[in-house]
Amino acid sequence: MIAQGTAPALKYTAQNDAAEAIHVENLHKRFGELHVLKGVSLSARDGEVIAIIGGSGSGKSTLLRCINCLENPTSGIVRVNGEEIRMKADSHGHTVPADRKQIERIRSKLGMVFQNFNLWSHMTLIENVIEVPVHVLGVKRDVAIAEAEKLLARVGLAEKRDVYPAYLSGGQQQRAAIARALAINPRVMLFDEPTSALDPELIGEVLKVIGDLAREGRTMVLVTHEMKFAREVATHVVYLYNGLVEEEGPPEQIFGAPKSERLKQFLRNVG
Amino acid sequence: MIGVGGAYGKLYGGPVVRDLLEVYTTVVRAVPELVLILLLYFAGTDLINQLLTALGHAAIDINGVVAGIGVLGVVQGAYSTEVLRGAILGIPQGQIEAARAYGMPPGLLLRRITLPAMLPFAIPGLANLWLIATKDTALLAIVGVNELTQTTRTAAGATKAYFTFFMAAGALYLVLTLVSNVVIGRVERWARRGMPSIAGPH
Repeated sequence: MIAQGTAPALKYTAQNDAAEAIHVENLHKRFGELHVLKGVSLSARDGEVIAIIGGSGSGKSTLLRCINCLENPTSGIVRVNGEEIRMKADSHGHTVPADRKQIERIRSKLGMVFQNFNLWSHMTLIENVIEVPVHVLGVKRDVAIAEAEKLLARVGLAEKRDVYPAYLSGGQQQRAAIARALAINPRVMLFDEPTSALDPELIGEVLKVIGDLAREGRTMVLVTHEMKFAREVATHVVYLYNGLVEEEGPPEQIFGAPKSERLKQFLRNVG
Repeated sequence: MIGVGGAYGKLYGGPVVRDLLEVYTTVVRAVPELVLILLLYFAGTDLINQLLTALGHAAIDINGVVAGIGVLGVVQGAYSTEVLRGAILGIPQGQIEAARAYGMPPGLLLRRITLPAMLPFAIPGLANLWLIATKDTALLAIVGVNELTQTTRTAAGATKAYFTFFMAAGALYLVLTLVSNVVIGRVERWARRGMPSIAGPH
């Protein structure tokens, strides 16, 4: 990809022949009359960091949530790890997953991080982190605890392991939520506006954790409003407008030389 | 148990399940308990016995205590269905969603996330129901259960010491309530372990 003799930055090392972790093709999503996604395609190969940007109501969160079927796509193809999610029509004509077990298997390979953290409030941080490994993936409890302690240390929360989420700041809760996502050793991390609910002074600590993950080659799909951050960590940026991909490309192109008038306008407004 | 099933059915069940539960909670909560007890005890045992004889078994004599407990269970189930439905609706939706996003099957989600998360919202309502139930046992006298109020009346009538006996009965109900309150308080503190108190962390 890069022709210069200089060593390419790590973020360019994702190979075109790397396996495709996520493949979305011609995805449509309707909420009743509202047509939120109008045929979106997206692909994430191993090691890639895909940033999805766009204005409010552009469908970017819905797109992310269709990947793990938190929203059921109305039509289109979603493949995770090369496995296509099988859908069927229910008695009301809604599209629903055909096989619950398949969805659960796919979901357990996707580490989702939410805008509102969504930590389980009746569990301490360490319990939150081991919950899925122990009860869904069948990891032994002591193994899971050892792993969870490492992950909490990694996001800087080692000493908070026995604290309940409600006693922590938003930034701490979000870092714990990232540790919880990492605990399942996900093939892909999905971030749904991870810093949008945070006070400005807490955003930095969360972005640093996400940035570290990107730099170590984790495959990620990231919906974000942090343009500067997207430019730094993304290997590929997708700009959604009104349920369609308006423009996409490497971050230099999207942020440095946008072609679409709407994207230029959008970047002026958020920049 | 009936309440959990009822609340779940009402929230997530299909249209038929939901309608049936609606009928159950409406009817049971509309009819006075005394009438229900009489109805279910006399009509219920009759029905069971008819069924048994039809199937070629001997008719059985249903114990008033068993019948009474059964009836109270049905009644409490209807009320607790609504209490629990409210509590489940009180759980921040994101916590359920997070569990789904990590591939939790529905049974595990109910056991690990929904039930413990709704408990703090359900306990005040359930505690009320429990205290009402302890007093409702007085109604079971009518189907021949030897419960506190009826026994007191008999004793008081025999000795003419109405004041003493009814005061004693009242005291016993009070003790039962106080003990219940202590237990409920413990359970509630445990259920709210992840929640800072309204007054703030201490």
